[in-house]
Amino acid sequence: MKRIKILNTPPRFISYSAVGGREEKRGPLGDAFDLCDESDSFGQKTWEMAEGEMGRCALNLALSKCNMSHDNIELLVAGDLQNQCVATSVSLGSFGAPFLGIYGACSTCTEALLILSSMIESGAVSTGACVTTSHNSAAERQFRTPLEYGGQRSPSAQWTSTAAGSFILTGDPSLLSASKYGAVSISDFMIGRIVDGATSDATNMGAAMSFAAAQSIIEYFKESDMKTRDFDLIVTGDLGKVGSDILRAILDERLPSASSRHLDCGTLLYNPKRQDVHAGASGCGTSASVLSSYLLPRLEEGELRDVLFLSTGALMSPSSVLQGNTIKGIAPVIHLHSDA
Amino acid sequence: MPDYLNLFLVFLMGGFLSLIAQILIDLTRLTPARILVAYVCSGVFLYATGAYDTLYKIFGAGVATPLIGFGAAIGRGVREAIEKNGAIGILSGGLSATATGITAALIFALFFSLFTKGGAKRM
Amino acid sequence: MDIYSLEGKKEIIKRYSPKTRILRNSVFAFIFGGLICLSAELLRYLYLWLNIEEKDALSLVGVTLIFIASLLTALGLFDRIARYSGAGTLVPITGFSNSVTSQALDARSEGLVMGLGAKIFTVSGPVILWGIASGVLYGIIYYIYLYIIR
Repeated sequence: MKRIKILNTPPRFISYSAVGGREEKRGPLGDAFDLCDESDSFGQKTWEMAEGEMGRCALNLALSKCNMSHDNIELLVAGDLQNQCVATSVSLGSFGAPFLGIYGACSTCTEALLILSSMIESGAVSTGACVTTSHNSAAERQFRTPLEYGGQRSPSAQWTSTAAGSFILTGDPSLLSASKYGAVSISDFMIGRIVDGATSDATNMGAAMSFAAAQSIIEYFKESDMKTRDFDLIVTGDLGKVGSDILRAILDERLPSASSRHLDCGTLLYNPKRQDVHAGASGCGTSASVLSSYLLPRLEEGELRDVLFLSTGALMSPSSVLQGNTIKGIAPVIHLHSDA
Repeated sequence: MPDYLNLFLVFLMGGFLSLIAQILIDLTRLTPARILVAYVCSGVFLYATGAYDTLYKIFGAGVATPLIGFGAAIGRGVREAIEKNGAIGILSGGLSATATGITAALIFALFFSLFTKGGAKRM
Repeated sequence: MDIYSLEGKKEIIKRYSPKTRILRNSVFAFIFGGLICLSAELLRYLYLWLNIEEKDALSLVGVTLIFIASLLTALGLFDRIARYSGAGTLVPITGFSNSVTSQALDARSEGLVMGLGAKIFTVSGPVILWGIASGVLYGIIYYIYLYIIR
């Protein structure tokens, strides 16, 4: 079975945006975000609605950057961290675009991009958008304890980012002239497999996901014609410090050339010297916002040529953890290529 | 005139009971909720065995303020209610004895929740 | 490194997971826990000095601590203190009060009945249930001892 799907007409990024909250603004990438709301509430009454509004802002920003309107979006692939993906469906309904709501925990960003890419490749749609969001306060409420509860976070715990990323992909060459972007394409992808994370500790999700990331990277290079030296960076989603340490140790042993190229979005979003992040950022907004605020601009400029991008997801629910199930990891892969 | 030795003993015991819980949280994978449950249950047990009264005479608020005191109050409530009312005391004693605390916590929580929803978590 | 078996993965996780700062946490927990109990004792002196009966004074001490913890929670300060104090604020009655109030603030957005009303005990429920259950168990044993054995 071939797992890498090569795209004959690689869809191009014609626009992208990143939106964040207060801690994201204070982080190293704060100025690269298109919009940050320091109150985290985005003018909404509840944190759940705030997450949706953040996604709506991200999509609107991405559309305005490439001078497109809602009508150009033939397919919207989007997801968030809440139960039943409700932030997305509540806020993006007004766009009226055909909609696929997806859930891949923190791997949602890559999952959305590869679903949209294959829809474009098949000719089913020519232009579509992806939106991925996570909100710290909404996630704390759903997965952990009340916001004002006085508990201590474990040093391996990660901070769910309040962040959204939106991307517009097209297979239609005529649209490229309208946008200042368009150099970056998705040339191939590999759908992730579910890998047991061997722990039910929800405060150590980076470790649980690291095995999925390691297996995806190893399997990708086993099958691909590309070598690790052909890539400038191998970027994982939100392994954080603990997960990154484990991944690099595994790669050092099995694929040393990949280890030196590794970068993790979860360790890029915050400044551990100034912010009390513990093991780093998590949440599906993390890889989405780092992709659009940090990686895509560098690819667009030609500073980076080829990037292997894997958002990492920890598949679990509060009930599954209480019932003693281990956390499952998944790491879908996309290959980003720049012609700049 | 406060008794300084008494105050020192209160501080010592309150600190010690918190320290034990902290070590249990950090060293074992026990969640805080489980540890608090263990504290309340051991409060009932300590009262039942008579050890709590001895500890209370020495350490006062040092044992009464931690959740062990909450457990002991349940134990005392049950015992006194049985002595006064017989078997029905088994059911009525525990909550009657802790009604003040539980009601206070509920009412303050309700009151404050009408005015604020709390803020976002900060690093 | 064995990344394909459950045991192998468990061992890797154990090796790379950071240790909690037990010493620092313990010192803070000890000091905060001690100080809260100390202030409870001082409050008791205060209420006795105000000529309140011993039994009522003890109840008032509890209510006062519960009120302060609840207020600090509503002001968004309790979780900031607890970040350092850990079990020091969790184990005294302040932790119980915080767990009720924080849950109330959180559930308020889902309505007064099914939100606040239904969820207020989510965090504090275990303590109440298991406290009452142990009390009933003790009551049964004590009853048998008192009326049947004696």
